[in-house]
Amino acid sequence: MSTYKVPTMAEMAANGQEPEVLFWVGCAGSFDDRYKAVTQAFVKILNKVGVSFAVLGPEEACTGDPARRAGNEFLFQMQAVANIQVLNGYNIKKVVTACPHCFNTIKNEYPALGGEYEVIHHSQFLQQLINAGKVALKGGGEFKGKKITFHDSCFLGRANNVYEAPREVIKALDVELVEMKRCRTKGLCCGAGGGQMFKEPEPGKKDINIERTEEALATGASTIAVGCPFCLTMMSDGVKNKEQEEKVKVYDLAEMIAKDMGI
Amino acid sequence: MSFLPQLAFLIILGVAGYILSKRIKFLKRNILLGKAETRNDQTDARWKTMLLVAFGQQKMFKRFIPAFLHLLIYVGFVVINLEVLEFILDGILGTHRLFAPVLGSAYTVAMNIFEFLAVAVLFSCVVFLIRRNVTQVERLQKPELKGWPALDANLILVIEIVLMVAILTMNATDQILAQRGDEHYIALGPLFFSSLIQPLFEGFSNGTLVFIERFAWWFHIAGILAFAIYVTYSKHLHIFLAFPNTWYTNLKPKGEMINMPEVTNEVNMMLGIPSENVSELPAEIARFGAKDVNDLSWINILNAYSCTECGRCSAECPANLTGKKLSPRKIMMDVRDRAEEVGKSLDAGGPGLEDGKSLLGDYITKEELNACTSCNACVEACPVNIDPLAIILEMRRYVAMEESGTPAQWNAMFQNMETSFSPWKFSPQDRFNWADSVKNEEVK
Repeated sequence: MSTYKVPTMAEMAANGQEPEVLFWVGCAGSFDDRYKAVTQAFVKILNKVGVSFAVLGPEEACTGDPARRAGNEFLFQMQAVANIQVLNGYNIKKVVTACPHCFNTIKNEYPALGGEYEVIHHSQFLQQLINAGKVALKGGGEFKGKKITFHDSCFLGRANNVYEAPREVIKALDVELVEMKRCRTKGLCCGAGGGQMFKEPEPGKKDINIERTEEALATGASTIAVGCPFCLTMMSDGVKNKEQEEKVKVYDLAEMIAKDMGI
Repeated sequence: MSFLPQLAFLIILGVAGYILSKRIKFLKRNILLGKAETRNDQTDARWKTMLLVAFGQQKMFKRFIPAFLHLLIYVGFVVINLEVLEFILDGILGTHRLFAPVLGSAYTVAMNIFEFLAVAVLFSCVVFLIRRNVTQVERLQKPELKGWPALDANLILVIEIVLMVAILTMNATDQILAQRGDEHYIALGPLFFSSLIQPLFEGFSNGTLVFIERFAWWFHIAGILAFAIYVTYSKHLHIFLAFPNTWYTNLKPKGEMINMPEVTNEVNMMLGIPSENVSELPAEIARFGAKDVNDLSWINILNAYSCTECGRCSAECPANLTGKKLSPRKIMMDVRDRAEEVGKSLDAGGPGLEDGKSLLGDYITKEELNACTSCNACVEACPVNIDPLAIILEMRRYVAMEESGTPAQWNAMFQNMETSFSPWKFSPQDRFNWADSVKNEEVK
């Protein structure tokens, strides 16, 4: 019986091997019960496709993004510099991650601290695999013909101008992609960025995730697709708040592809 | 006696020029209260951005109706100002319609274009007044616009309407006098729009008409000069500052926060890593983050002076539209108002920045700063590429690093990150546990 492999960099280095790409899992991908399923789905896809990858495993630490956005530059840099030492120590060239916050930080903010890598988001990686014909989509899966809407993550969209890759991935599933009124450059935040994930919102009339969930539900989509762990939490909470969790599911792109592949 | 109007004109021109130059110096000094920052790279991309965004109004067209009306006013402003050149030369030389004999029938065509634009500007200004005061477009009714900002907006529209009426009145009476054979006036070809209002003036004697025509001429030119001075006290400064402001756009990915090398230095020392760029550091580190306008970059303050308070940022801000106190427009207005306050105090020999007040606390509260999701919707929405987020994040840095004043839940997150390298309180040894089940799962 062959099982899925999740090699760590330490193991690879011990065998004198270098993977093509490092999968940066991120804290949500490692600890958040819901997002762990996304990490597992992505790892299965990488296995199925035969991508040479590794993870840092216990050597990974938070990129520091929430600390930096909350104003704590010292803490951010402590995290960043330590991570860069690990990454450079393993001679990492290419990083893929399912978290747009990690993606943004490693891609845009680590170079100033001595960490230069080619960094791509898992939506872009999946799109490349699909375009190259490496992912064998069955197309007859549970999403076929269904209405699906995609919620843009701010740190993927406006922050880094990645709008089309996630949409291309969804379209590959032979579904009806429906857009919310505020999408792409005008996409509305889920409410979790800038450190908000880790504190209660300021006093106001409404929670941001409720506003966004209402917009997503108004499309009539049966699935809200996301590409970010924070968005996944916020949109799932919103759907629960609206008592629609039986009818409307919130999935990450990797989960959707894995489901279609039957893995 | 005949040189008296010329003398009066030169005096008006001189006084206006003097006041304007003083005002420009005042604004420049206020902008340069900010810290030095060099942003002169990628000049090709910068010119292109300025051409598209400021000159070409590209981002305005995300909302078509206001964009179209604004375009009419903008084109009117640029083109009608060509006529001001003739006004100024006429005023200095004591001539009347200096270019008419030179340009011949082309002059009539030009006048008709000017008149069309004058009517278009007039129309747009009336619609804008209605949008502000009658239909009350939501983003134009927010609390930060109460008082002077609302009055300022209405005044600008009214002044523009009055100036356009002056042009049309001048042309209408001018041509009646020319048709009546007054030798000082030059008969042009038919002027479509001003001929429509000629019946209003036909009952008047030549003397009265000359008075009205001269009054309209002086009113228009003096009005434009006065308006130019007014602009320096107003949100309307965007008509000039939009150009440098877009040139100095942040061309990096919007998600990137600017690094703090002074912190890198300390972090490297703590981790025992030799620093490479110690020489690049300023001799004295004043403060981490921004408490007041002088802690910001001069580009942040240029942004603030370029803001015309349209509120597209706040209309897109997730915090603002769910009822939180944060309004990116207010952030920009606060930075400008604080820079003005400091500048005025310095000019009066006052304490300037040392007046016991600061941007943080007296203008912007922590509640506003804490509500930001750093989603960049405000930055994306701004028609002149203003970046309110950069200011918010610099101020958060001050609150966190100088005051330790972040909300308790953020402090807990910091603590988790320090002790277990994750914003949540999980053991770092468990970080790889997610893989256990996958590693035991059979490949399908």
